[in-house]
Amino acid sequence: MRAETITRKPRNRRRIAVVTVALSMLLAMALPLTGYIAHDAGMAWAQSDDAAEEAANPRAEYWRAVREGQDGYSAVPGAEAGVLVQNGGENWRSLRDGPLKFFGGSLLIAVLIAIIGKHLAMGKDRLDSPTGRKMTRWSGFDRALHWYVGISFIILSITGLSLQFGRALLIPLLGKEGFAAWAQLAKPVHDYLALPFLVGFTLMLLIWIPRNILRSHDFAWLRSLGGMIRKDHPQAGFMNGGEKIFFWILFFGGVALMVSGFYLLFPNLGWERETMQLSHIVHSASGVFLIAISLGHIYLGSVGVEGVLEGMVSGEVDEAFAKQHHNLWYDEVKGIAPPDKSSAAPDVSGATPTT
Amino acid sequence: MARMKFLCDADRCIECNGCVTACKNEHEVPWGVNRRRVVTLDDGVPGEKSISVACMHCTDAPCAAVCPVDCFYTTDDGIVLHDKDLCIGCGYCLYACPFGAPQFPQKEAFGVRGKMDKCTFCAGGPEEDNSAAEHEKYGRNRVAEGKLPLCAEMCSTKALLAGDGDQVSDIYRERITKRGGRPETWGWDTAYKKGDA
Repeated sequence: MRAETITRKPRNRRRIAVVTVALSMLLAMALPLTGYIAHDAGMAWAQSDDAAEEAANPRAEYWRAVREGQDGYSAVPGAEAGVLVQNGGENWRSLRDGPLKFFGGSLLIAVLIAIIGKHLAMGKDRLDSPTGRKMTRWSGFDRALHWYVGISFIILSITGLSLQFGRALLIPLLGKEGFAAWAQLAKPVHDYLALPFLVGFTLMLLIWIPRNILRSHDFAWLRSLGGMIRKDHPQAGFMNGGEKIFFWILFFGGVALMVSGFYLLFPNLGWERETMQLSHIVHSASGVFLIAISLGHIYLGSVGVEGVLEGMVSGEVDEAFAKQHHNLWYDEVKGIAPPDKSSAAPDVSGATPTT
Repeated sequence: MARMKFLCDADRCIECNGCVTACKNEHEVPWGVNRRRVVTLDDGVPGEKSISVACMHCTDAPCAAVCPVDCFYTTDDGIVLHDKDLCIGCGYCLYACPFGAPQFPQKEAFGVRGKMDKCTFCAGGPEEDNSAAEHEKYGRNRVAEGKLPLCAEMCSTKALLAGDGDQVSDIYRERITKRGGRPETWGWDTAYKKGDA
């Protein structure tokens, strides 16, 4: 009995700790909401006051409606010409110049610091013993698609970031005229490159879905962060867990990016300002987020891990690379039966085996 | 120092669109661009009101805050102007402006808008006063000639007032005192900060 209580204790303690943390988080989220109750009560008061005022002065309601975007008639043609006041712009302005700039900028800086820190601490992830024997990993089509999307993404990133952060960062360097000259080039480049990018990116996302379906061994990979936390070599098929997560962030973030970008690109289709404001927020938030994770992708695909870049440039990787980073794929290509069938369901590979 | 403001007296405006026409003619603005427009509320029913609206030359102008190339500036008279040489036609000022003041000569696919055009309070742009370049880009600079905006000057019922904010509100207050009713300095609470004389 006694021994049992002693062994249980740490578990109980952990459970208590978890429940306490969860409860305090719940309270922390719920308590500020009580403000709404007070606010709503206040609103009710305010409304009854207004009602009394309206009886005396029906115009009060009239001008309030105008301030809230009431539509009227205007002989001047044009989208929303009848709207005297559109308040959404104030919200858009404070979101764009506040959280989007602050958190977006912080995220990019944090990712850069994390990459530099990781590289200084752990260095390049080298191949244990290169064999010199090559395996085909990426077909010519895959590589062409990758570099087409990658290069256009980088150009779109630079031009897009220029519009978002240029006023704060580049005007002090280039002066207003100098920066305007760059921005006058960057904007049309961003606009006209958008559609070719959209075509390539959509194609890439669609044809790479089968390779990126998450399997049980991918979760084990993610738990040890690909061997960065525990010094083992977690299992991976043609794509490892991290690459698959990167793909799915690209997939969902990319859809948000492209849909919102479409609205921004075609103002001639008659969107109202509210649509453009919302699209802009979605576009810049998803854009900055995708740029941040792409920085990680670029690092790991170039100086971070030996052999990755070679695969995407020549299409071939060293057998040691395949064994070290994509052991299940290696086994599959080499026709080696997986040791445990449940953990290593055949991973769809896009490459044909060679010797 | 004057602080220039527009005020439209909704009890006087008769929706003749004279201000719109005067503005287009004076500044020779391109086809499709209307720096000023008249909006009629409750059109055709009792209590109908009309209001002439253009750039209100806001105190803390949202257009200027969001412009990626920082092309806006406020003159000593509180007039918000912009530099078309810097403008990239991104349309952000249009997203931000509560009054729908920014106008674009083109509305095409791929976000092609051309350089933004808006009411200058008849005060031109950064170029030399009433030079050919200034006239071509921004229209006439009447303020430099000691005149006030033509829209207000042409207004047949003197509904649209333009000029120093203090004087404009004095005139309006006098009207309210004589005719009764409540003052409605339409748009001022959106455009101007309190204490911005």
